[in-house]
Amino acid sequence: MALLQIAEPGLSTAPHQHRLAVGIDLGTTNSLVATVKNGIAVCLVDEQGRALVPSVVHYRGDGGVDIGVAALGARLEDPKNTIVSVKRFMGRGLTDVTHIEAMPYVFEETPGMLRLRTVRGSKSPVEISADILRALRARAEASLGGELTGAVITVPAYFDDAQRQATKDAARLAGLHVLRLLNEPTAAAVAYGLDNAAEGVYAVYDLGGGTFDLSILKLTRGVFEVLATNGDAALGGDDFDHRLYCWALDQSRIAPPSAEDARRMQMKARAVKELLSVSEEAPFRVRLASNEEVDLNIGRETFFEMTRPLVQKTLAPIRRALRDAGLVAQDIKGVVMVGGATRMPHVLRAVAEFFGQAPLTNLDPDKVVALGAAMQANALAGNRRAGDDDWLLLDVIPLSLGLETMGGLSEKIVPRNATLPIARAQEFTTFKDGQTAMAFHVVQGERELVADCRSLARFELRGIPPMVAGAARIRVTFQVDADGLLSVSAREASTGVETSITVKPSYGLTDDEIADMLRAGIDRAGDDFAVRALREQQLEAERLLEATARALETDGELLGTTERAAIEHEAAKLKALAAGGDAPAIGAGIAALARITDAFAARRMDRSIRSALAGHKIEEL
Amino acid sequence: MSVTLTERAAAHVANFLGKRGKGLGIRLGVKTSGCSGMAYKLEFIDAALDDDEVFDSHGIKVVVDRKSLVYLDGTELDYVREGLNEGFKFDNPNARNQCGCGESFNV
Repeated sequence: MALLQIAEPGLSTAPHQHRLAVGIDLGTTNSLVATVKNGIAVCLVDEQGRALVPSVVHYRGDGGVDIGVAALGARLEDPKNTIVSVKRFMGRGLTDVTHIEAMPYVFEETPGMLRLRTVRGSKSPVEISADILRALRARAEASLGGELTGAVITVPAYFDDAQRQATKDAARLAGLHVLRLLNEPTAAAVAYGLDNAAEGVYAVYDLGGGTFDLSILKLTRGVFEVLATNGDAALGGDDFDHRLYCWALDQSRIAPPSAEDARRMQMKARAVKELLSVSEEAPFRVRLASNEEVDLNIGRETFFEMTRPLVQKTLAPIRRALRDAGLVAQDIKGVVMVGGATRMPHVLRAVAEFFGQAPLTNLDPDKVVALGAAMQANALAGNRRAGDDDWLLLDVIPLSLGLETMGGLSEKIVPRNATLPIARAQEFTTFKDGQTAMAFHVVQGERELVADCRSLARFELRGIPPMVAGAARIRVTFQVDADGLLSVSAREASTGVETSITVKPSYGLTDDEIADMLRAGIDRAGDDFAVRALREQQLEAERLLEATARALETDGELLGTTERAAIEHEAAKLKALAAGGDAPAIGAGIAALARITDAFAARRMDRSIRSALAGHKIEEL
Repeated sequence: MSVTLTERAAAHVANFLGKRGKGLGIRLGVKTSGCSGMAYKLEFIDAALDDDEVFDSHGIKVVVDRKSLVYLDGTELDYVREGLNEGFKFDNPNARNQCGCGESFNV
């Protein structure tokens, strides 16, 4: 028989109409599923009371699949078919993944995402993630005694569109209805903000297994707004393990280890790292399959010293996020710590030093994201009453979205850090007379030149009625949904012809590239501005020369020979200038040509008016 | 006439109320719906209404409106665990039969 939970006043549902919704933290190292029960967010546990599901999938030779704790043992016995940290491969190609040489898998490079060859055949990261999600779904349905209405799944704030799409695809494959993808730091803020009823500006420092995110959030009267996000998609607790692993290899002077031994050493490295958070010293002792023995001892300070650069690496994104939000460290009222790696004392110390205050740690850093996601899922499924404690969640896009315009310039339509969901429209026009089609190139990035931005998609609008240059009005609308996925549409005003595209972005931007694009956008703003000014002047010169040439062709007889020669002289001068790189000089040339053609333009105007009026009586007009 | 909680159920309710941070107690009731005619209602309560009966069971205020009390008299609410699932269970002497899911009953 079904067991009942206590509902909020006036909210008990009719039989068979419970909307069971869960929040899922699909993590690099561990995953969790949580739900709101009796008004309180709780993580769902297995028979042994364990909340964490290790994000490990083992494909067995007999056709079975083990997930989580059941798959842990197989990391040693069958490393090739036991996939850990699959999140790092989501939406990624082979060249994007760091430390690939230390991984025991057989990779296959395929267009788009990489694949892994296992005993159960070729598997994409999406399929492997779906297996983890399926296990979480089964646990939730067993715990809640019914089918799930939907789930909120969290992703790092830094995930690009390809990675978000891959996560959604995995959920669909696992038979989950995705209510929303939620940024992990935002979910943590939901958990903290609601539980503590806090107001003010907060920073969320999320050092997970494989990713680092820093978000600046503003909480006012139950409204969450993300002011800025920044981070490093390839920095996490795994990197600390890896440093320790490299140190052990170096110290023990053993031969390059086999896949199995490498895994064994890595597991030991993780255990030693965790031990060093609570004790001053830890033994690093492993017996390898080759019968060699690694027998080392490491002190806490040695470990802190070797991983200091990693901790320092997390500070740069904090500075960038603060700058984006227009804030300084003193403005931050509290710092929320998320992710198991934030238990390391030197990480806590560095963060405390940077912000000049002790970070908040009163919720379990491993669970806080899942709990926040569960609260969001509960609200989205309609299990909360609208009214007094109603709350709204605002999120932002990490990189500006724009269109390529003439001259290879990027026109930003949706600025970076704009709140989601968002729709922005801008009007564009034709560049040439009689132009009937227009190509759109959607780009993502902070730089002024398209060549420096990331290309997302291209599409064309056809069927524009022939008009003179500049007369057509084409309205381009950018729409980014609550999951951060983009659709772009273009519509010609007079005929209503329309075309649109949903961006399934060309993937393949590496983590470093994302970071570089942001950095370059800020560092190179001055140069970019100069380049943009030059391109704009060159375009203007080109447009004026074309118009002048056309006018000379059609109405040349209105000019005397000297007048014509003077215009042609200025035009030739401008043409030469435009080929060079001196923006102010081109500007002067444009002004000179415009001035000398003034009288000509006036005469042309008179003639066209005369011809328009010829043969008409004044009353007819 | 009375409606009671088992000790275990009362402990869980106290815990949930504590975490919720507000509320007088819980409301038990019946609604006419579901596959067998009537369905149980179980909610937190922030204020009692005029036609409510208030019972005290192991220190927890249990509120039932008069109309529902007719169908709930003698009911004991228990908290049970079945596999991974746990929650409240109505033990109602008035219910003659239940639907398979146990969320709906008739008298």
